[in-house]
Amino acid sequence: MTDSYLPPEHSSANLWQPNRVASKRSQAIVKFIFGSFAVLSIFTTLGIVATLIVETIKFFSQVSLVQFLFDNQWTPLFSEPHYGIFVLISATFLTSLIALLVAVPLGLLAAVCLSEYAPRNVRAWLKPALEILAGVPTVVFGFFALLIVTPILKTFIPGLQTFNGLSAGLILGIALLPTIASLSEDAIFAVPQDLRQGSYALGATKRETVTDVVLPAALSGIVAAIILGVARAVGETMIVTLAAGQNPTLTLDPRVPIQTMTSFIVQVAGGDVPVGTLKYDTLFAVGMTLFVITLLLNILSFWFVRKFQEKYE
Amino acid sequence: MHSNSAAAVGTSNAFHVEKGNYYYGSVLAVRDVFLEIPEKKITAFIGPSGCGKSTVLRCFNRLNDLIPSARVEGKITYRGVDIYDKSVDATELRRRIGMVFQKPNPFPKSIYENVAYGARINGYKGDMDVLVERALRGSALWDEVKDKLKDSGLSISGGQQQRLCIARAIAIEPEVLLMDEPCSALDPISTLRVEELMQELKKHYTIIIVTHNMQQASRVSDMTAFYNAQATDKGGKMGYLVEYAPTQTIFNNPSQVATQDYVSGRFG
Ligand SMILES: Nc1ncnc2c1ncn2[C@@H]1O[C@H](COP(=O)(O)OP(=O)(O)O)[C@@H](O)[C@H]1O
Ligand SMILES: [Mg+2]
Repeated sequence: MTDSYLPPEHSSANLWQPNRVASKRSQAIVKFIFGSFAVLSIFTTLGIVATLIVETIKFFSQVSLVQFLFDNQWTPLFSEPHYGIFVLISATFLTSLIALLVAVPLGLLAAVCLSEYAPRNVRAWLKPALEILAGVPTVVFGFFALLIVTPILKTFIPGLQTFNGLSAGLILGIALLPTIASLSEDAIFAVPQDLRQGSYALGATKRETVTDVVLPAALSGIVAAIILGVARAVGETMIVTLAAGQNPTLTLDPRVPIQTMTSFIVQVAGGDVPVGTLKYDTLFAVGMTLFVITLLLNILSFWFVRKFQEKYE
Repeated sequence: MHSNSAAAVGTSNAFHVEKGNYYYGSVLAVRDVFLEIPEKKITAFIGPSGCGKSTVLRCFNRLNDLIPSARVEGKITYRGVDIYDKSVDATELRRRIGMVFQKPNPFPKSIYENVAYGARINGYKGDMDVLVERALRGSALWDEVKDKLKDSGLSISGGQQQRLCIARAIAIEPEVLLMDEPCSALDPISTLRVEELMQELKKHYTIIIVTHNMQQASRVSDMTAFYNAQATDKGGKMGYLVEYAPTQTIFNNPSQVATQDYVSGRFG
């Protein structure tokens, strides 16, 4: 050891020469670089939204909002076009609803199992496996629905057509399941251990502790997971395009071909639509509708988490 | 030195621990615990942190069953029954042995539901309003919350939350209350209220309290157990019971030097 610590006035001042100018300069450079990336991503988003808005305005200069909202047909590619967006929305709604009926209960069960019942080491590998499942390309799910699930369903559901909302919705649900399960599991796992102990200490069983204490405590996170699932279901494209068909019909019958908002966009954007035509603008109007719906869902989820999150600390 | 403690305060014993060795995995965390906890008295556990007070306490209601690696050797009986016997249902045991934790942990439910929860899950068939009021009065919280029973249990102050947790524990009419540093997160005034409450509660309940605060132990308890920790060759710590005697004796005339040092504030 050296001598004891010397107070500041005794230490030799010339040993301490921080280069304030250089560090200020590098600070500024770093700030500029990161700042420009941030600005770039913001501008990209703004650019996309601006394009959507401009083209949507062009669309509505030719098609009235009333027709858009209240027409019961969607035939923009016909010689006598109709623009009833609810035809597409009904299909999106139907497939999403079926998907959620599958994904929410199964996802929650999986989440509770993983978090509360599975041994720690099982959870340690099952959770990442679940998250990998979320990365399976949806096109794979899509042709699985069309080529395997639909033929099986046909054997016992009379009137089921080759393209239908049911099969698409069921498989869409399977595709969403990992997301909902994984996010809900995070929320359930994050419930403080204290709370579980408080329940057990009152003579509660595991089942009572899970349903009466843990799940209510994780509610805001679970709801956020479900809303995110809804947003993904609404925006999902390949499964519904492949398995539900391209047939715009205003119906909630799960056995017949339908066309969702996303599959309409695929259909039109995949063909050759001249820029500046009404057909081209229709794409953006549908895109805008999708954007607004998902945005609302995100805001709802954000609001819900803020409002209902319990503060434990 | 441990044998006649119950006789010393003049009641029968609730718990009896004989050569309790408490393990986490293969690590012996607390060794050689012999205790007799008298009924309807307050027994305090004191000692430096990490010496195993919580561990010993959490085995009285088998809450340590929730930690997969936790294990006990020796014999722990409650009213003569070996609580680790296969025939004993831990859920049923916990219904009779309530617990209050270090950090207030009300459920994310209303004040009313926090108190009613234990009664509901245990199949209480009587009038719930009466039960909730009685428990909240019992924990000296009723006057402060009677107009906001529907509010969240998390919306009240820390001291009130802790008394809510006491109300929740006594609502199911247990026989014992285990309290693990119940005042460590509270301000002095709330602490005093909880201490007064304990004096009131001990008419009906056997209480075991872990505390860091020696004044608190000397103020509230009838019996005191002093634990200490020794270094192990593997670099860890192993807790053990140094001395267990009436509180008077522990604070005024302990038989061990370590106890004398600890209660006079020379270490810990
Ligand atoms: N869940 C656990 N897993 C492993 N070791 C633990 C666990 N809880 C406590 N211990 C160990 O047991 C010893 C006693 O801890 P504890 O009973 O909490 O002491 P105290 O309450 O006196 O501070 C400590 O060395 C601690 O590290
Ligand atoms: Mg402790």
